[in-house]
Amino acid sequence: MSLPLYALQQLINALSIGSLYALMAVGLAMVFGILRLINFAHGDMMMVAAYIAAFSLLAGIPLPLALAMMVIGTVLVTLVMERVAYRPIRTAPQVAALLTSFAVGQILENSALLASRFARKPEQIAFPGIDFLRGVVTIGAVTIPKVNVVSLALGIILLILLSLFVTRTTLGLSMRAAAEDLQAAQLMGIDTNRVIVTAFVIGAILASVAGLLYAVQAGTINPIMGFSPVLKAFIAAVIGGFGSISGAIVGGFALGLLEVLLTAIPGLGDILPAATTSPGVISFFKTYLPSSLTSYRDAFVFVILILLLLVRPGGILGTTDRDNTR
Amino acid sequence: MAGTGKAQRNGTLIVLGALVIFLIGLNLSGSDFWQSIVINLGMYIILSVALNLSNGFTGVFSLGHIGFMALGAYISAILTLPLSQKALYLPHLPAWLGVTHFDLLVGAFPLGFLAATLIAGLVVTLVALIVGLVLMRLSGTFVSLATLGFLVIVRIVLINANDFTRGSRTFSNVTQYTDLWWVYAWLLITVYVVWRIKFSPYGRSMFAQREDGVAAQSVGIVIMRPRLLAFCVSAFFTAVVGALWAHYLTSFSPNAFYFDLAFSVITMMVVGGMGSVTGSIIGPILVTIISESMRRVEDATQLYGITQIVLAVLFILVIIFRPGGLLGDREINFAAIWTRLRPNRVEVEPKPQNVK
Repeated sequence: MSLPLYALQQLINALSIGSLYALMAVGLAMVFGILRLINFAHGDMMMVAAYIAAFSLLAGIPLPLALAMMVIGTVLVTLVMERVAYRPIRTAPQVAALLTSFAVGQILENSALLASRFARKPEQIAFPGIDFLRGVVTIGAVTIPKVNVVSLALGIILLILLSLFVTRTTLGLSMRAAAEDLQAAQLMGIDTNRVIVTAFVIGAILASVAGLLYAVQAGTINPIMGFSPVLKAFIAAVIGGFGSISGAIVGGFALGLLEVLLTAIPGLGDILPAATTSPGVISFFKTYLPSSLTSYRDAFVFVILILLLLVRPGGILGTTDRDNTR
Repeated sequence: MAGTGKAQRNGTLIVLGALVIFLIGLNLSGSDFWQSIVINLGMYIILSVALNLSNGFTGVFSLGHIGFMALGAYISAILTLPLSQKALYLPHLPAWLGVTHFDLLVGAFPLGFLAATLIAGLVVTLVALIVGLVLMRLSGTFVSLATLGFLVIVRIVLINANDFTRGSRTFSNVTQYTDLWWVYAWLLITVYVVWRIKFSPYGRSMFAQREDGVAAQSVGIVIMRPRLLAFCVSAFFTAVVGALWAHYLTSFSPNAFYFDLAFSVITMMVVGGMGSVTGSIIGPILVTIISESMRRVEDATQLYGITQIVLAVLFILVIIFRPGGLLGDREINFAAIWTRLRPNRVEVEPKPQNVK
């Protein structure tokens, strides 16, 4: 494969992963912006969506209905979670809220485990194939899995809709006001409960779409499938400035790009055309950036997270958050 | 602390005496089942007390301590692995490590294991010092995220450092040195050290900067040093548990030291009370009782997973209704135990009682 083609393919990979991260990061950022709650169970929303979709598809329910059930089910679970677990601890310290979200995650993960047991299915379930997401798209000489294209397109459409909602509607305006200062917003007559619930609901819808796409890409689902994506979504949100919606979108795509770079560059020594590249360059890549470094990719990503937290505790775009710079 | 010095000492001695009698009885009973529960409980208590020193006392909530435990387990296990096993299992170790074997026995006492544990502890303390110098500047939820990042990084390094750890495969054939006495000796040391720190000037400044950083600084308390001290000492004991764990289970993989374990220990500590040493003893006992009995239910009903659900619900209830945990900052008053048990002394009776 020629180098430009390779680069193009990787770029599309990056954008497709990035749009999934962005979908997740936006949900986290909205809730964090308003409540200063890092909702770790957000990854489990993805998992819940994937399970509902898988179970209903396996039960023979037609695709459109299954997808509707997936979104509605995930939203319902989120509403219960918000009402029962998060509302009582709204005034609690941030760390207590974070820990609560871990506990919520544990409950959801183990419930999924129990559900699979009741349905007499293994812990790891093969995700049923969805016809219109199967196969590849060929543009010129580049072939891309269809699901990646759909992820990218769907991600962009949803994020545009979200931006319109946040900037053009009264509820969106209230959300931004609440994110600015929850108390002041309440004093101005904004129904904060409504705003908070809206933030959770939007997060759940985006997470359910992300969950479906992720499950199709991975091919299998399990109760802890949300763990890694939610960590990545945190990083994306931190890159973009935690609490900022546009920041989370930018952060999601930036993280996707970064990950693909970290995967693609160490392997370059094996791909660069030997005839046209100077041997020095190839040996440099092979010596200092061998493809085995790829397995350390996530470690590098987290090092970057830690550095970001240190240098810009409030994120790159965000203002410094006084609660976290003590 | 309430209570006079003497009553306090006597009460503590009674508790210690009861513990020793209990352990001897357990040892004599020869019941493997109960011994393994009590050994595991002991290790959880050390983890919980150590975590409390860092997270509860200073309020800098680390999620990455299990990473220290993993490092402690691997470092000590590499040091004590018999040479023949080492050649077979880890052929690519650096030469000096490949020929190192801590097997010094003094009588029946495995001095080599103690040395390996201490070395693992010290190396991990050094790691904690470096990590802490960077991370202890953060606070709130961001330090939690950053330390979670540390846990993920440790796991990735362990999985990829094939030459040292066999990667994601099981590291096995570790000699089983750990028994009741090792665990409870380390437990007493941990509790003693953490207790002394709590009531030292360092401990006071940890609590002060947890309550109000700005106020603490304005009366001349330096924030960084007590935080760092708590983090490093806590990492040391966490690594010691890693060594004990490795030499008790004798085989383990990086998966053992990940988020599930981290969350279990956090549950125990938070339920007991953030800032309370005795709370960190009660938390693990409570959680162990619940999870062991729930496990019976799980086995009977085949509903695997409800133990975790019950514990998570308990955890949420504690955070909602008793945000500081069962004990908060307070300690169980050992002096009261002495006063209660002291025979034939009536002068402290608070109220006249109904005599039949």
